Amino acid sequence: MQPLTNHWGITMATLLVNGTEYTLDVEADMPLLWALRDELGLTGTKFGCGIAQCGACTVHVNGNAVRSCVTPVSTVEGQAITTIEGLAQAVTGTNTSAADITAVQQAWVDHQVPQCGYCQSGMIMAVSSLLARNPNPSDAEIDASVTNVCRCGSYPRVRSAIRALANA
Amino acid sequence: MKMNRRRFLFATAIAGGGLLLGYSATRPSKHRLANRDLAAGDARYLTSFIRLDPDNQVTIYVPHSEMGQGIHTSLAMMAADEMDANWEDVRIEQAPATDLYANDALVRGFASEFGLPGFLTGLVNFGSASIAEIMNLQITGGSSSVRFTGDSAMRPAGAAARQMLIQCAAEQWGVPASECTASLGHVQHNASGQTVSYGSLAAAAAELEPPQDITLKSRDQFTLMGKPISRNDIPAKVDGSAPYGIDAHSEDMLYAAIRLAPVFGTTLVSVDASEALNRPGVVRVVELEDSVAVVADNYWRAKEALKLVKAEFSASDNDNTSSADIFAHFDQRLGADDSSEDFEAGDADTGLANADDVIEAGYRVPYLAHAPMEPMNCTVHFQGDRADLWTSTQDALGIKARVASIAGLDEDAVTFHHSYLGGGFGRRLPFTWNMIDHATLIAKEFDVPVKTIFSREDDMQQDYYRPAVASNFRAAFDTNGNVTTWHNRFTGPIQVPGAAHIPYAIANQSIRVVDVETHVPIASWRSVDHSQQSFFIESFVDEIAHRAGKNPYQLRMELLRDHPRHQRVLEVAANAAGYGQNLPEGHALGIAVQESFGSIVAEIAEVSMDENNRPKVHKVTCAIDCGWTVNPDTAASQVESGIIFGLTAALYGEITIENGRVAQNNFPDYEMIRMADSPEIDVHIVESGEALGGLGEPATPPIAAAVTNAIYILTGERVRELPIKNHRFSGNASVAGV
Repeated sequence: MQPLTNHWGITMATLLVNGTEYTLDVEADMPLLWALRDELGLTGTKFGCGIAQCGACTVHVNGNAVRSCVTPVSTVEGQAITTIEGLAQAVTGTNTSAADITAVQQAWVDHQVPQCGYCQSGMIMAVSSLLARNPNPSDAEIDASVTNVCRCGSYPRVRSAIRALANA
Repeated sequence: MKMNRRRFLFATAIAGGGLLLGYSATRPSKHRLANRDLAAGDARYLTSFIRLDPDNQVTIYVPHSEMGQGIHTSLAMMAADEMDANWEDVRIEQAPATDLYANDALVRGFASEFGLPGFLTGLVNFGSASIAEIMNLQITGGSSSVRFTGDSAMRPAGAAARQMLIQCAAEQWGVPASECTASLGHVQHNASGQTVSYGSLAAAAAELEPPQDITLKSRDQFTLMGKPISRNDIPAKVDGSAPYGIDAHSEDMLYAAIRLAPVFGTTLVSVDASEALNRPGVVRVVELEDSVAVVADNYWRAKEALKLVKAEFSASDNDNTSSADIFAHFDQRLGADDSSEDFEAGDADTGLANADDVIEAGYRVPYLAHAPMEPMNCTVHFQGDRADLWTSTQDALGIKARVASIAGLDEDAVTFHHSYLGGGFGRRLPFTWNMIDHATLIAKEFDVPVKTIFSREDDMQQDYYRPAVASNFRAAFDTNGNVTTWHNRFTGPIQVPGAAHIPYAIANQSIRVVDVETHVPIASWRSVDHSQQSFFIESFVDEIAHRAGKNPYQLRMELLRDHPRHQRVLEVAANAAGYGQNLPEGHALGIAVQESFGSIVAEIAEVSMDENNRPKVHKVTCAIDCGWTVNPDTAASQVESGIIFGLTAALYGEITIENGRVAQNNFPDYEMIRMADSPEIDVHIVESGEALGGLGEPATPPIAAAVTNAIYILTGERVRELPIKNHRFSGNASVAGV
């Protein structure tokens, strides 16, 4: 099928975000982050550095943690994109109410992990992806997988929360 | 505890029969700050409001910004505890940015401690700053919220509400108020077995005169304070729904990306934006005095188009200035020694002249950026002669006034919309307004909301930095090896008076400051002067201990003989860290102790050198005496945070100047601690029962020296310049016997 274009000659991108299909008139190389935030108004995914260094923009693509600030929309068209707003629904597989949260999110509440909280959407997405494939990671595996920056220094509590989830 | 009679309360009936209670204070007429700035104008600043609805719901309006320190919850706990409200019925609201919530308690707290807020001194010429700018304090900073607003405003407001409700119930029942008690949102009369909910008394209580004498609870009467209560802001921070300034969003919103003059103080000369204007979504290119901005329908489009803008900025005398030049200037100024007195005791010159032994050392720290996770941003929506404003700020009232002044509007014409802050650390305090000014001027050209965002690179290069500082020391010893003299010359300006003073019992002290100026803008950075002074002082005290052949812990304990609270935290930390006991092979413990913002903190870092001869911090043990704690879990998390913030700077933090501009761009070259190098942290809160101390900042200062003092034991090499990453360790022998 011939791609649709708008008046700037921009490809219409079809994105599947949190189970809903959106067609956007954005450039193929627009990072997913800005399509989510500025085009769809899904502001739970954060801008931190723009160069995949801090992880604040982490989302899931087919369940894998991806840094959306360097992920062109053209590379994720038609794939299952999950943001923090859709995490509970994606994990439970049901169309739950917004009030429901995942075990990881509950552990974040139980351990009072967030401080300013700005990095925590990305942190939770990174940890959720790690625990989905490795429910009992070693410290070295945690260190290698969770490389997000938290300027408030929530790291000790992130580790405690992961430990508690692994032992649950 | 009895409250001062000069304070009084306002009670106002609100629609629906509720009671809205605010606590106020007369102007702080005895303080020079107030004398100078409040000689005319309004006498009253409400510091807080408690709203009580007929259904027993209590709404507590908190006049501080929530940036992760848990202040909304802690301040609400203080009011609700004194009120004997049922915590289940308490709702916490951010107080709106209006003069009603200007923070008089904060001004008085700072005035009594410093004379002026620490983050305001040295930063501005007060002659040119308007009274509105100084007094419009709804500021969150200086580790002040709980100890000033909480203790002086929220607790009295809660206590007054309780007394009014008891009085009201007593009158209804025709019994003496002294026979009535309150708990969990109800008043009881035990003799008759009657009980009534607060909510049903709200309308009647609003008719009462608020009490002038307020009795606060003693600590053994607390029902909420002192308990680890979950923060109310956390649920929204785990599901993406918590709003930050950068999340302001509307369908018709435009976005601005900006390029500022790279050398501080220079201006825009010429622009060629023809290519940028042809890019998708680009609406306009805005030229400002020191910058050029592209406005588009999406931030990324604006940013991409900005890359195509050719801009020329003016030349300046600083175009070739480097960090090396700046430090050479500092050394030259310190050598000339036209210093100002900071603290003098005894006779340091004689002490040095008569010494049996003298040691000297020069220390340096670099500029530091704040780098909060939420990049600087501001959204303004102009509609005719009024404006709406969204930005994450530690100073809502000040920002509102600033936008009004830049836009030429009346202050009341600007509506500020609160949000959470994605980190502050001083970057979102007054006088760090570049982003706000630019966003206002850009948005003024449109009648739709315009969100201006500093990219991470802009944020790194256009900050107001923790100053670079040099500090030179000499110490003299007598024939018995006892230290007699402390001689210190450091570069200013001083932002927090007293930060270079020492608690150690040394007879002769000469501590003097040499003010230096550079073209690099500076401001407060978490713990302000203490962030560098603690590194200097606690390192040089360690040097004294080693020169004297004494154990660094023992020497500190001896010299802290006039400071039992310091001794106590050192002792608690040392015991918890296993100081003096066997450590794993190749590990060492470094010690530092520092008082700041009313709290005393001892930190002990357990460090080893890895196979590449780089330090590895395994564990930090911390003991903090902050008087007592309102929310112990929040207190511990603030301490953990402060340690990691300070450790990040000690290990990696460095902003350098090259060709007049900041050399660092983003996180790869302004490296952060992450999970892999985040140490285990063991926090011990020592409740001395003294006045409340701060928690947001005091854990940051000691960590640098704690780590470098351990490194000295391991390597015999003294790190006198931060960050540690720049130091090449030779890998030779360690220092024995400590």
